[in-house]
This record gives sequence, structure tokens and C-alpha cells, in this order.
Amino acid sequence: MANFLEGFHQSLQLLLGGDSQLAAIVLLSLRVSGIALAISTAIGIPLGALLGLTRFYGRPLAVALVYTGMAFPPVVVGLFVYLLLSRSGPLGALALGWIPRLFTPEAMILAQVIIALPLVAGFTLAAVQGVDPALRLQIQALGASRWQTTGAILEEARVGVVAAVVAGFGGIISEVGAVMLVGGNIAGQTRVLTTAIVLETNKGNFGLALALGGVLLGIAFAANLLILRLEGRSFHS
Amino acid sequence: MTDLYTLQGITVRYGARTVLAVDKLAIRRGEILSVVGPSGAGKSTLLRLLNFLHPPTSGEIHFDGIPFSADRAATLEMRRRVTTVFQHPVLLRRSVEANVTYGLRLRGQRGDAEALHATLASVGLAELAQQPARTLSGGEAQRVALARALVLRPEALLLDEPTANLDPYNVGLIEQNIARLNQEQQTTIVLVTHNLHQARRLAHRVLFLLDGHPVETAVTQTFFEFPHDPRTGAFVRGDMVY
Repeated sequence: MANFLEGFHQSLQLLLGGDSQLAAIVLLSLRVSGIALAISTAIGIPLGALLGLTRFYGRPLAVALVYTGMAFPPVVVGLFVYLLLSRSGPLGALALGWIPRLFTPEAMILAQVIIALPLVAGFTLAAVQGVDPALRLQIQALGASRWQTTGAILEEARVGVVAAVVAGFGGIISEVGAVMLVGGNIAGQTRVLTTAIVLETNKGNFGLALALGGVLLGIAFAANLLILRLEGRSFHS
Repeated sequence: MTDLYTLQGITVRYGARTVLAVDKLAIRRGEILSVVGPSGAGKSTLLRLLNFLHPPTSGEIHFDGIPFSADRAATLEMRRRVTTVFQHPVLLRRSVEANVTYGLRLRGQRGDAEALHATLASVGLAELAQQPARTLSGGEAQRVALARALVLRPEALLLDEPTANLDPYNVGLIEQNIARLNQEQQTTIVLVTHNLHQARRLAHRVLFLLDGHPVETAVTQTFFEFPHDPRTGAFVRGDMVY
């Protein structure tokens, strides 16, 4: 209990004191997860809409893969990306400029995209499937093109689509296994909130660990506030 | 009166089941054609074909001379000349006005405010323009569905049981608008209904569909008073068991 209270006190001091080390870790976390989320959203929403609104050969397999991807343990994703990018791995051996190297933020982004993409696509798929199928026919009867129909359905399902994006963000900002494996937790280069928490806890620096945990919770809280705001708007429009 | 639609050798099949088989049918420009028949007769399938929402399995439809078939998809421009009011309207999670102008916005138009107000007033919704559409009653929602079709000024308006389960006030208001649209704008209207009195009140001609096949098409008075086919007579009298 004493450790906890002391840690809590230290965390307040760090947060209020504007610690530069903490700021760098927070910014790198937001950069890595923000870029990974942007990529996952750009691919995941159209993919979810495609799977939810069209019927094609192989669709059940594609849906099953997306749903399986939603349950990927991050540490397994990390191991997979590690093996892919290591010097003897299929991508690492190619040594091409555009392929991320291990222990860089780019490798962490790749791992987080693999974690977030199925979450965004899977929840979007569920959201568009939740829209009354009759609406689609009625929008088409009003003269909507294929793209306009998809856009209208995504708009109707927007609360679920926003939840998909928030779930994707929650899944990557809070994961530790993948970024630890592919990033290596290098100070000033690949250290993010979750890996720093693990390190500081192991070192017994509970104050910093708690402060980092508080920031992580704060980011999650902000993301939830965003979804509540968007849901509120949908109820009033 | 020229034909707006001509259907030739049309079949719609779902697997081994044929749900519609129309050898020949013409729908005249500016007429109200009522389609009657028991449930499962293929009436709604016919409307989906006429709105180009579903291609026929075989055969060809000509709309104003433009062909539509399994091999020849309808263009967006062609689809926008026709619209449907469905039995169970699904409205967008927006205001009544936004729902009514939705089809116009799909076409990149904003619509004339005065005309919009007149349309809303004609269906008794002027006071509810800013209300969220999903809070409306069934009758009000159906009137929004009619209004969103009316503002598009379609060449053909397809109505799929537009007054089913509505109270007499809503039925009257919707029928009034259908008749006015036809008289003032010469809009071709295809009205699917189970209500034979409604068909009699509104239609110029009536088509009787049974098990996916047209049994008889006749001018309304002839259809009800001197039907040619005994099955039509039995249906009109309410003697048909199906």
C-alpha cells in the first residue's frame, strides 16, 4: 500500500512537472499507434464494408479470417513480424528500402497494423450488417450509385464504425507484446508507454510506471469521450 | 398513349423456383396500372424489375426504348427516372426534411425550397420538417417516403402496398397525392395493392398476377365488372382460395 501511495505521489509530480522523458515516450506512442490506426482505418473500413455488403466467392473464408484476426494475441503478431523482418526472414533478407527494419518505429507500426486492421474491419463488417437491409434497396431505388449506397450505409452505421476505430486504437495503444518484440524497447527510439511501464515496473520505479499508466488511461478515456460525442451527435441528427 | 415500359419473355427465377413469368406486358405512359394478386404472386418482384433493382433471369424490358436484361444493366441515369415507395419505408437517421431531399442530393441538386415546402405540405408534414424521421408514426413515415419520391418528379412511380396497415386519414392523403401526381404531371404509376377498392378508385387498368403469371389485364371497370378469366372473377369476388 505504501509503495502504491508513493508511486501515485511520484506520478503526480512527473505529470505536473512536464518530464521530457515522459513526453517523448507519450509522443512516440501516439505517433506509432496513430499512424497504425490511420492505415488500419483506411483499409479496414472499406474492407469491412466490402465484406458486409457484397457476396462473392470466398467471402465466408475472408470473413472467418478477419474474425480470427480479431483474436490474434499481440505477442504472436510480434513474433510473426519479428521473423518476417529479421535478417534471415523472408522480408528482412530482401533488404529493400521500403521494408521496415527491426527495432524501428516502422516495424512497430507494421505490427500494430496487423493487430488493428482485423478489429476495424471486423467491427465495421458487423456494423454495416446491422443496418436494415431494406434501407439499401430503398436508397438504390432513390437513385443512389454503388458508392453513394455504400456511403449512406456507412453513415447509418457510423456509431458502430466509430466504435470499430476506437476498438482498433484501444487494441494497439494498450498492447505490449508486439511492440516489445519488434521495437526492442530502445530508450529514445522505440520505447512507448506500455514497454516503458513494463521496464519501470521491473526496475522498481513505480512512480514513473504509474505515471505512464495514468497517461495511457487518459488516452483511452479521451478516445471513449470521442465515441460518446459522436454517438450523441447521431442521436440528435 | 405510347408505352413507357414493354416486357417480353421475362422470367425471374430463384434457384429452381420461377417467381415471375411475364410473356408480354406493356405499361402506357401516363397511366395508373394497378397490380393485384394474392401474396407470393410476384407483384413486388415485378416492381423491383421495373425499378431496375433486380435483373430478370431471362427476357428483356424496354424503358422508353432502352433495353434492360440480365446482360444489359441499367445505367444510373435510367434508374434515376424511376423510383419506388415501399410498403415498409426505412428512413435515414436524419430529419424529415433531410430524408425528403435525400434523393435530390444524390443527384447533386439542392431542390427549390418553395417546391419542397409545397411537397411537405401536400403530404401533411410541413410542421414536422425538422423532426427526426425515426420518431414518426407508421403513417407519417409512409408520407415521408412518398414525399421523398414526389420531389424527384420521376417519370414512373412504383408503389408497393403504400397504404397497407394505415388508418383512413393516411390512406386518403396518400391516394389524393397519387391521383394528383398522375393528373398534373402525367406520371406513370404502377400501384401494387391488396386493396381492391383502392385499385378501383385509382387505376386506369388492372393487372391480375397469380403464381407469377399475368392472368388478365383490363381497363378497371371491365376488370371488376366483366372479367374474362374465371380466376379473375373468383379473385375479385373473394371466392379464390390460395
